[in-house]
Amino acid sequence: MTTENAFIADFPILDQQVNGHRLVYLDNAATSQKPLVVIEAMDKYYKTINANVHRGVHTLGSLATDAYENARLAVSTFIGAHDEREIIFTRGTTESLNMVAHGYARQHVHAGDEIIITLMEHHSNLIPWQQVANATGATLTYLPLLDDGTISLEDVREMVTDRTKIIAMTQCSNVLGTINPIKEVAKIAHEHGAILVVDGAQSVPHMKVDVQELDCDFLAFSGHKMMGPTGIGVLYGKMEVLEKMEPVHYGGEMIETVELFQSTWKDIPYRFEGGTPIIAGAVGLHAAISYIESIGMNVIEEHDHRLTAYALEKLSAIEGLTIYGPQHDRGALVTFNVEGVHPHDVATVLDTEGIAIRAGHHCAQPLMRYLDVAATARASFYLFNTLQDIDILVDALQKTKEYFGYATR
Amino acid sequence: MQLDELYREVIMDHYMHPRNQGQIEGDALSIDLKNPTCGDEITLQLHVEDGVVQDVRFKGAGCSISMASASMMTEAVRGKSVEEAMKISDEFRKLMKGEEANEELLDDLEALSGVCRFPARIKCATLAWNALDKTVKNSEKGE
Ligand SMILES: Cc1ncc(COP(=O)(O)O)c(C=O)c1O
Repeated sequence: MTTENAFIADFPILDQQVNGHRLVYLDNAATSQKPLVVIEAMDKYYKTINANVHRGVHTLGSLATDAYENARLAVSTFIGAHDEREIIFTRGTTESLNMVAHGYARQHVHAGDEIIITLMEHHSNLIPWQQVANATGATLTYLPLLDDGTISLEDVREMVTDRTKIIAMTQCSNVLGTINPIKEVAKIAHEHGAILVVDGAQSVPHMKVDVQELDCDFLAFSGHKMMGPTGIGVLYGKMEVLEKMEPVHYGGEMIETVELFQSTWKDIPYRFEGGTPIIAGAVGLHAAISYIESIGMNVIEEHDHRLTAYALEKLSAIEGLTIYGPQHDRGALVTFNVEGVHPHDVATVLDTEGIAIRAGHHCAQPLMRYLDVAATARASFYLFNTLQDIDILVDALQKTKEYFGYATR
Repeated sequence: MQLDELYREVIMDHYMHPRNQGQIEGDALSIDLKNPTCGDEITLQLHVEDGVVQDVRFKGAGCSISMASASMMTEAVRGKSVEEAMKISDEFRKLMKGEEANEELLDDLEALSGVCRFPARIKCATLAWNALDKTVKNSEKGE
């Protein structure tokens, strides 16, 4: 794949000028763009079979239910789950992780227990654990980062004890790009009777994730970062841990019988999906998964690797540019700072060239503090990006430096 | 969008050479404010006597627009009565919305008018002014 990229044509949004330039969209870690097949699948759902699920006796009701349940099956196959009942639809990674914190951790973590997370976590895999620790009297501890932004299994082995109940960790950092050794951590966790909760927001869209191979207990991810719509996400849980989880959303769709003062729950996963679910979102996510599978995750992964390696090489060659995170084995993003120019200013200059990147703390304030920066800029890639996009980025960064008078200072 | 509309010379000058940076020794009203979406932060101090802003200082970390706006704000309100300072703040907010504003009151601050064409940057420019308004409000509540 060179500048000829067969996928670009699948994404209607890319066919536009922004501020007089071809749009170069490099903010996929925030949210990815959507191929036409996803947009059309949701359109078709609303135009032909829209109805509420699991209640209607009428024809549309069963068609909608089938579409929704087929999406669950597709997700289940996509991540290699043992059973499609292990797939719970949520609003996204944030809701999935909060569901684990409220529905599982609050029941099974007690004073004196330990919860371990890493310093690179997104706020959505950090604040829920702070809250659990504060409410239960458990201790929250942070795995340290090595200089290259990775964690060491030695540290994991040292920190995990028989008091550890939960380890929560991202599979791929949204700032550093670090890929964490989930499979090995899961093993250590289980040796001590702890469970491993994985934030897959940045990994599931970009690499083959097989929950049985990883042997993680929970996996959370968002549809919108994998070319699906916003508003739909997934919580995978092993059946044995889901059986120990309490519902967090009480109401319609999740009950078996309701008495005046007591009720009983439907089976898993329905008891965790209170209220009318995100039906069109599930249909859109299904279409996104089919799109990924039609291309092949290995093809996407290879493409991402190639772009990331090229970006690292080109960006490292720019004088005064600091790159954060490991050199190798990383996700499809590069986070950086330009000496003497605030990331906001970098993003504004790039925007005038039609380039969309992210600037800020990336919902990872503890990590920013650790890196000793207030903010950073981040370019993140996906299958419709090209080497040429990166060349355009590099030129624009040179221009940014010139504009801010780097040379004369 | 033209970059020069945003990054006027006056702004870059204030960014590179901020005025009234530092801390007031002695009595002062003080506030720390953060822009939670981007991490920009400012500590603003006001020394008000007889209803007049005698001294004003800021410390902070942020982008060119937020720091230049802070520097320019301190210049604009220093020596003014609190009432006048609040009037300038009101006019500045009109400028940020792209509304017609009192040029005479705004003076140099007019250079920041380009910000309203970069919606994502308005919150950068208003950070120091929010700090100013909050400090004055807090002091009024305290009285
Ligand atoms: C690593 C990581 N975790 C969690 C999230 C939260 O995802 P969402 O906002 O879709 O809930 C994100 C996305 O911003 C992320 O990058």
